[in-house]
Amino acid sequence: MSTLDQTTDEILKLAAAHFKVQQEKLSPDDDFFEKLEIDSLQALELLTRLETHFRVELPDYEMQGVTSFRALAERIQSRL
Amino acid sequence: MKKHRGETLSWEATDGVIELALHREPINEIGSATLGELEQFIEELEIATGHASALIIYSAVPQGFCAGADLRELYEKGRPLPVEARVAGVRQFLERIHRVLNIIDASPLTTIAAVHGVCFGGGFELALACDLIVADRVARFCFPELRLGLIPGFGGIPRLKRDVGNAVVRDLLLTGRSFNVQKAQGIGLVGQVAAEGEALRIARSTAAQIGKFDRHTSVAAKQFIKPIPYNELRREIEIFCTLFARPAVEEALHKFSESRDLQPYLP
Repeated sequence: MSTLDQTTDEILKLAAAHFKVQQEKLSPDDDFFEKLEIDSLQALELLTRLETHFRVELPDYEMQGVTSFRALAERIQSRL
Repeated sequence: MKKHRGETLSWEATDGVIELALHREPINEIGSATLGELEQFIEELEIATGHASALIIYSAVPQGFCAGADLRELYEKGRPLPVEARVAGVRQFLERIHRVLNIIDASPLTTIAAVHGVCFGGGFELALACDLIVADRVARFCFPELRLGLIPGFGGIPRLKRDVGNAVVRDLLLTGRSFNVQKAQGIGLVGQVAAEGEALRIARSTAAQIGKFDRHTSVAAKQFIKPIPYNELRREIEIFCTLFARPAVEEALHKFSESRDLQPYLP
C-alpha cells in the first residue's frame, strides 16, 4: 500500500498534468484552489480523476475544510 | 421535425433520431427560459414521434450536462413575494417541468441521455427520465437538494426508486453526495461508460442500433418494462412545496445566490 508521501506525489503529478501546471511549482501544503486556479466545478473534476486513479470513492463532503494537496492525500489514504 | 435553435435549447431530427441539445451557459441551469423551450420542444416531439425511433438529449456546453434548477432565478423571483405566493409560483413551475419530464419518460421513442461533466439535481432528473444513460468518465451525478433544505422536485426520487435499490436511494438522498460514473454504472444507473468527450458519439451509435428494430415491438416492450410512478411524482411535488415554505430554505437559496464562494458546489 502507498504511503501518504507517495499518494501526495501522485496527486501533485496528476493535478499538474491535468491543469497544465509545472509539477515543480506545486508542493504538498499548497492550497490547490489557489495554486491550480480552479473553481468548485474544476475541483469536482479533479476529485473524479483522483477517484479513478486511486480506485476509491471519495464523497465530496470529505472535501470540507480540505484545501491542501497533503490533506487531500490523507482523505484518499484513509480509503485505500 | 424542423431544425430549431432557441436561446437555451436546439433540436433537430436526422435519420430517425431526434437530438435535443442543451446550450445555456454556464451549465444549462433550468429556469423559466429553458422550461419554456422544453415545453415547445415536447409539442414538436409529439408530432415528430411517428417518424423517429430515438431521442438523444445532450449538452453542448463544456462544463457538463446540467447543474439543475436555476436557483438564482428561483430566489430572485420569489424574494419580493409573501410565502404563499412564492410556494404557488414554485408549484406552478414544478407542475410544468413534471409535465415535460413525464412526456419524455413515457415517449414511444427510446430516449438516451448522453452525459458529460456535472449532472446535478434537475439535470440528473432529466437524465433519469430517459431510458438509457451513456456517460463519460468525468461525469458526476448528485442530488444536492438536501443542502438547501429541500428534496429533488423534478421527479428525481420516484425515478431513482424505479431504477435502484432503496439503500442506494437513502445513501444518495440523505448524504447529498456526488458520485462518479463508475459508481453510477455499478448501481445500474449508467448503461455505458464513454471515454471523455465520447458520450454523444456512443449515444448516436446506440440510437442507430435501436433504429433497426421494429418500432411497435420497442414501444410495447417499453410500456411493459417502464412504469411511470405518477402518484409518487405528484406526492413529491406536495412534499417539495411544504419544505419550500420554510424560512431555512429561503435563507439557503439566498446564501447560494449571493455566494461568490469558489466552492458553491461543495458542501
